[in-house]
Amino acid sequence: MLHILKQIAKSGIRTESAPAPAEAMVVVARLQQAVLRTLGRALAIRQVDAGSCNGCELEIHALGNPYYNIEGLGIRFVASPRHADMLLVTGPVSRHMAIALQRTYDATPEPKLVVAVGDCGCTGGIFGESYASLGRVANVIPVDVEIPGCPPTPTQLLQGILAAITVSAAPPP
Amino acid sequence: MILSALGLTAATLASAVPARRASASSGQLLAACRVAWEQGGQLVALWLSDERDRDRGYCLRVLLRDGEGLTLLEHTMPDGDVQYPDLAAIFPAAGRMQRAAFDLVGIPSEGDDQRPWLWMASWPIDQFPLRRDFEAQAKWQPGEETYAFVKVEGEGVHEIPVGPVHAGTIEPGQFRFQVVGEKVLRLEVRLGWSHKGIEKRFESMTIAEGGRLAGRVSGDSTVAYACAYAQAAEAIAGTTVPSRALWLRALLLERERIANHLGDLGALGNDAGFAFGLAQFSRLREDTLRTNLAAFGHRLLMDVVVPGGVRHDLADEDAERIGIECATLEREMRILRDIYDDHDGMQDRFRNCGRVPPDIAVKLGLTGLAGRASGQARDLRCDFPVTPYDTLGVRLATSTAGDVAARVAVRFDEAAESLRLVRAILDALPDGDVHAPVAQVPEFRQGLGYVEGWRGPVLVALTSGPDNSIRRCHPHDPSWQNWPVVEHAIIDNIVPDFPLINKSFNLSYSGHDL
Repeated sequence: MLHILKQIAKSGIRTESAPAPAEAMVVVARLQQAVLRTLGRALAIRQVDAGSCNGCELEIHALGNPYYNIEGLGIRFVASPRHADMLLVTGPVSRHMAIALQRTYDATPEPKLVVAVGDCGCTGGIFGESYASLGRVANVIPVDVEIPGCPPTPTQLLQGILAAITVSAAPPP
Repeated sequence: MILSALGLTAATLASAVPARRASASSGQLLAACRVAWEQGGQLVALWLSDERDRDRGYCLRVLLRDGEGLTLLEHTMPDGDVQYPDLAAIFPAAGRMQRAAFDLVGIPSEGDDQRPWLWMASWPIDQFPLRRDFEAQAKWQPGEETYAFVKVEGEGVHEIPVGPVHAGTIEPGQFRFQVVGEKVLRLEVRLGWSHKGIEKRFESMTIAEGGRLAGRVSGDSTVAYACAYAQAAEAIAGTTVPSRALWLRALLLERERIANHLGDLGALGNDAGFAFGLAQFSRLREDTLRTNLAAFGHRLLMDVVVPGGVRHDLADEDAERIGIECATLEREMRILRDIYDDHDGMQDRFRNCGRVPPDIAVKLGLTGLAGRASGQARDLRCDFPVTPYDTLGVRLATSTAGDVAARVAVRFDEAAESLRLVRAILDALPDGDVHAPVAQVPEFRQGLGYVEGWRGPVLVALTSGPDNSIRRCHPHDPSWQNWPVVEHAIIDNIVPDFPLINKSFNLSYSGHDL
């Protein structure tokens, strides 16, 4: 036990301050400010891999490391879409995963946010659209924020996630 | 394996590791596989190609490995109602490869299990994407598919369906557990959810463009795939890669291995309820990725390895930073390994959990890191060393315990060895260019790349088309061999241990589903 405590003390606190939200990543601002204030930063995210190469997943995992410490911001990953405020979706969306993604979206309670992750989630990326791939996430479910990158860095991921819950845009028509 | 004894004539095959090819009738194919199995050989990969445009019908390629190198058996079948011998009775891992090959090219094996493997009603069942007359952009309304999972019957047996969307941040796959109480009687995995048409996509690219796609077959092994692809392209183009580039590739491969082992060691601690392990190892992994970004311009090292060499040279100050980081990692990992080893609660979860004894590992063809943890002492870096591994002398890490604890121990040993290799590479890194031009490639040239990635051996089989295009490219992930063994490893364990067992293998879905 003592050497565990020693290692913790020696490692110190590595957490860095969170980046500013990247408003440019917001595609549509669907949620009312009032709702966003309610969600605040107590955000529950359900991650869905809809056909990625797993590169994006590695960087999403990194959000939990001591440097980014996403849970310290009040944001956590949950095991069910029914507990989630936000779907964090990587792509391209394989045709095989289209129904599963749609059902996951349907199971997520309103109000809900969808963040498309990575070049593939935003545009279909190198895989594009084909007999097997539906391309970008927005081809299957409505997307609020797009975070490009192959894969996006954890900092870019945080910028996009924070933008989704803090952006002050005009209310939806 | 002596091919002439089987009536086969060996020809050379362009490859960075020793390789030969031979045309085989169905009888010769079966006989060669039996002999290979009896002599301790393994099945590396099996794939089909449409050769009708060359009046050669369809070609089945079966790649075998033994102590001498690789043997590619090519079995040509006429266009029409044909089948080829079922090899799953000899190499069980062939079963799913044969089913996948049917889904994509439409030529069945004679095997009993003819269930689809990659097909899930997203395209018509009588259309085969890797036939040359199949339109890559074709789109169909998805149909319904009911996959015939094997059911276990009996008093008290029930089924737990999981996936394809999982509870954690992992790739999509479907698991059916047949359980009594908490004990797992049987697990059946259904994969293919991540199928995004990678092999078809290759066929729309030039050989130069394909490297980027190869680096995205399985993101966690981007360096291994990029290296294997580059080896294959260079083999058919006759490229002499500058030695500095080869040394840097090895450095990148070892850094990919270190980063993945750090990630897994943390996640395995966490899955055993030891969050401290995740915090510590994920911190070290992040340090490693930041150094990657500074030295090579990408945290995961994507697109650094290209046919002809590498795209980024290593600056002296970055080499120094990597050297210092090695010392830090060695020190930290020693401390953390002691903590893991001394932690009774965690060791209690690791030991005897998800055990694959060596005899089962041989029968099922378990490969790579998981294979080495079950007594399968094979590593391409030792068995067929290319530059610079021939001078570095890689020390093999093995165990015969075959449980989660063994897979953890092999990771610790391999990460430590990789740190030693990185230092050795930095000490002896030759000067010079890091890239050589890749010559125009004539049509119908075939080459192999074969690289020991962190998970296991990664294969890329490349055939050129006209004007430097890709005619066919088949990437093969070690996960093909190891997924069926995960099904075996969980038997008689309890359901709550599955995440731990699964993580101890950490197999790729994307690399398998293509």
